Amino acid sequence: MKTFNYHLVKDIKEAKKISSAHSTFLAGGMTTIPSMKLGLGTYKDVIDIKGIKKLSGIKSSGKILKIGSTTTHAEVAKSKEVKKSIPSLAALAEGIGDPQVRNRGTIGGSIANNDPAADYPSACIALNASINTSNNRKIDAESFFKGMFETTLKKGEIIESIDFEIPQKSNYQKLPNPASRYAVVGVYVAKYKNGTNVGVTGAKPCVYNDKNLGKALSKSFSSSAIDNVNVSASGMNSDIHASAYYRANMVKVFAKKAVETC
Amino acid sequence: MASLVGSRVERKEDKRFLTGKGRYTADINIANQTYAAFVRSPHARAKIKKIDTSKALKASGVVDILTGEHIAKDKIGGLIAGWAIRSEDGSEMKCPANPPLAKDNVNFVGDPIAVVFAETLDEAKAAATLVNVEYKVLKAVTSLSDTMKSEAIHEGIDKNLCYDWLLGDRQKVKEAFDKADKIIKLDITNNRLIPNAMEPRACVIDYNTASEEITCYTTSQNPHLSRLIMSAFGGVTPENKLRVVAPDVGGGFGSKINLYNEEIVCSWASKKIERPIKWVAERTESFLTDTHGRDHITHAELAVTNDGKFLGFKNETIANLGAYARVFGTVTPTYLFGPCATGVYIMPAAYSNVKAVYTNTAPVDAYRGAGRPEATYTIERIVDKAAIELGIDPIEIRMKNFPTEFPFKQTLVHQVDSGDYVAGLNKAKEMADYDGFADRKKESESKGKLRGIGVTTYFEACGIAPSPVVMMLGCGVGLWESAEVRFNPTGQVTVYTGSHSHGQSHQTTFAQIAADELGVPIENIDIVHGDTDKGTFGMGTYGSRSLAVGGVAIVNACKKIVAKGKKIAAKMLEASVDDVEFKEGEFVVAKSNKKKTIGEVAFASYLPGVRDEVKSPLPEGEEPGLIESSFFDPANFSFPAGSHICEVEIDPDTGEVKLDKYTAVDDFGTIVNPLIVEGQVHGGLAQGIGQALYENAQYDESGQLITASYMDYTMPRADNLPNFDIGYTCTKATTNPLGVKGCGEAGTIAATPTVMNAVINALGGQEISLPATAEKVWKACKEMKKSNSEAA
Repeated sequence: MKTFNYHLVKDIKEAKKISSAHSTFLAGGMTTIPSMKLGLGTYKDVIDIKGIKKLSGIKSSGKILKIGSTTTHAEVAKSKEVKKSIPSLAALAEGIGDPQVRNRGTIGGSIANNDPAADYPSACIALNASINTSNNRKIDAESFFKGMFETTLKKGEIIESIDFEIPQKSNYQKLPNPASRYAVVGVYVAKYKNGTNVGVTGAKPCVYNDKNLGKALSKSFSSSAIDNVNVSASGMNSDIHASAYYRANMVKVFAKKAVETC
Repeated sequence: MASLVGSRVERKEDKRFLTGKGRYTADINIANQTYAAFVRSPHARAKIKKIDTSKALKASGVVDILTGEHIAKDKIGGLIAGWAIRSEDGSEMKCPANPPLAKDNVNFVGDPIAVVFAETLDEAKAAATLVNVEYKVLKAVTSLSDTMKSEAIHEGIDKNLCYDWLLGDRQKVKEAFDKADKIIKLDITNNRLIPNAMEPRACVIDYNTASEEITCYTTSQNPHLSRLIMSAFGGVTPENKLRVVAPDVGGGFGSKINLYNEEIVCSWASKKIERPIKWVAERTESFLTDTHGRDHITHAELAVTNDGKFLGFKNETIANLGAYARVFGTVTPTYLFGPCATGVYIMPAAYSNVKAVYTNTAPVDAYRGAGRPEATYTIERIVDKAAIELGIDPIEIRMKNFPTEFPFKQTLVHQVDSGDYVAGLNKAKEMADYDGFADRKKESESKGKLRGIGVTTYFEACGIAPSPVVMMLGCGVGLWESAEVRFNPTGQVTVYTGSHSHGQSHQTTFAQIAADELGVPIENIDIVHGDTDKGTFGMGTYGSRSLAVGGVAIVNACKKIVAKGKKIAAKMLEASVDDVEFKEGEFVVAKSNKKKTIGEVAFASYLPGVRDEVKSPLPEGEEPGLIESSFFDPANFSFPAGSHICEVEIDPDTGEVKLDKYTAVDDFGTIVNPLIVEGQVHGGLAQGIGQALYENAQYDESGQLITASYMDYTMPRADNLPNFDIGYTCTKATTNPLGVKGCGEAGTIAATPTVMNAVINALGGQEISLPATAEKVWKACKEMKKSNSEAA
């Protein structure tokens, strides 16, 4: 690892001041640190935002569940507030990585990284999430996730919190990669009064909203409702663990599982 | 004192390993040490046009950079194949040179080219990236089935063929096949595995400029062999000037039998740069350069009668050696594979034909089980296929073909001294509730799941011996083992063994044996291993040989101690030697209450006199001290055997396989420590299950290893495994005084076919290749659904 300056900042202002083209923000460090160790990321300044108090915490308003960006997966998994309002989100957090990762990794970090096989982005899509940033932007999830490891965050912009719309029912089911335990396919189903959303991770280079599945489930919220929906393999990932064809089929299988488990 | 052999003594090692007090090679630091970073080939096959180290030499902290030119100039020899195999036509095997640093050609991704020594590890790694190597990239040979048709990767080795070996009688097999009612045919791929010891390879080298001695701390399963090879073949330094220490070693599984390039290079370089050197492999380096395992393609045929009697068996196998032939690389697919390919059965005629080939992949060598898992997989899969095609229950077909009289002359090589295969299979059948399977299958089906049951019966040949036979078959060394037992004057005992523990718990098991033999409390016995400066020459640990060979050497040395002690005790007790009996640590004169403890005798042996009198407890001509050694060369291999049964449940919607039940009944002869044996069985099973369901090393066409990290190479994990039901039968080995048989590899040997037979059973008999990953199984489930609906 190349040497760098480490900054533990107290507030957003200080973080922004140090931020440059040669800096990175550090929250849990679950991706940043390994990529630095592998020499894939080299920075002059590493700005640790875990010390910014206002970025952490969970609040529910009845309609909206707000989670601060540096809240760890373990905190989300354990939170009474989350378990009460969106239990499937707590369960999703409980299924990320291992205890060490859950104790360090943060929701904001996961979303900002936008790993194509990460779990949280599918929740953001399905739960009509808005991502609140330090640039006073409120970005809706679908436009936030732009492509593989790519978001609409601007340089120096920090995620402050995520607002999830509390659904009537929801569930997340994934087929874990047997080696890494990331999602080969992960499907998040959330039912609202005016329709159902299906967020899919792992299947494509970027998380996406499966509108066909959503439409069918909006009409009738039952697993048989999607029996005849076609999930195309075109554009799906294909690797040594799963072909595009298998992934496409699994999107449907896991969507059904999620509906049945709601 | 009750016998310790047979009791669940908790491990002496536990305190050290469970409290983080183990001392591994990477824990060792020598003052003023430099750090090594290797420059490795990014190409699977290329010519090296030019190596430019000028920029790297100027980088911060760099002490020196050495390349293949320096190696050649100093005439440092390379790695060797330890076993010479002859082809069917009588020609000798063909092995390429394998210099420690490649000078002209590279033959797999990770092949080392140069090494940088620097003041810090970061500086060494940074400078290594500045070494500029110009390559002429050549087309890599990576497909095992096409290898013999491809361009030769080593000059002078046509068809990339190391040897074309035959064991058995083609004519007899043909006659047997002519008489058969049915020929069962099977094509299988035995997938390549990466051993993945928890501790990556490492070495720390300390060259003493005054004594000119090199001390090499390294992650080895056999430090004496490493010293021998480094000295005799590497020419690094004479054996008496080389000390090899393998301290705590965190797993080997065969991958640490070999001496590696890094140890030769760093030992030689330490003398050259006159500085200590430390090198620790990164995980990716381990994936790329540790020896891999398995990697065969096999066509097998079994000739049977309609009522399920076996008449003959043959297999044609292509075995991948990787880029170079390593220590056990050439014997693993021949003598460790061929004889066991007929399984536990009476097989009137058989042959194994193995073509070993070179490819542009990491060298392949012994990996837990070495040859026997491949053999057992072949026979146990084809026996199951025969059962399916003949409509006979898999247990019944096995029972029909078991030998029932021992010693049993196995078809191809082995004279199996003892066993009771019928008892083992009956016990496994009962423990696994084989007869209740139909109900459990129904229950699974009611949940929309498929359920399958799989059976394997195996025997294996481990503790390779005796040396004259082994060497007759081409081995470069004898496979005996040594021990030395030393009493201190104050009565504690130090046992030096040539075996090496890297997870096998010798410090406990061997101490139990010595405690029983000597009547000394186990707390007073220490086992020392892994240091060429301590104890006699040893052959190390692999092939489940430690207890059956090394353990027996300890017994024999203890017996010598007792024999000498008896003479001393007789003199001390003024009795005839013939009247002295040794029992539970005491020398007792028959029909009297006169006795001396072994501690008193040891004390007297070191202090042979008394005040005011010229009087010795030592008989005339007896030397002082109580130290004895033994070299044990068994009369034969040991032949553990067993029956394993497992059940899997498959989700047809996803293809995920859940291993639901696993029963293992093994015959390891005498069991010294059931707790440790269980641990060995559990670990072995996990690795065998890993091969069946998860692990698969894959290279792409250009020779890049695409499973070079834990993100892509699937290791079995605790949550993949059920609680194992472990049972034993016992027929004692007749070829060693303990009656023990090896237990280290059995689980790995039996588990892979057991699991696959269960998966295939669940899939209605459909063949599926290793490993049974979710997508493959899902596709097979769809096929099954399709054919079921067509049938309906």
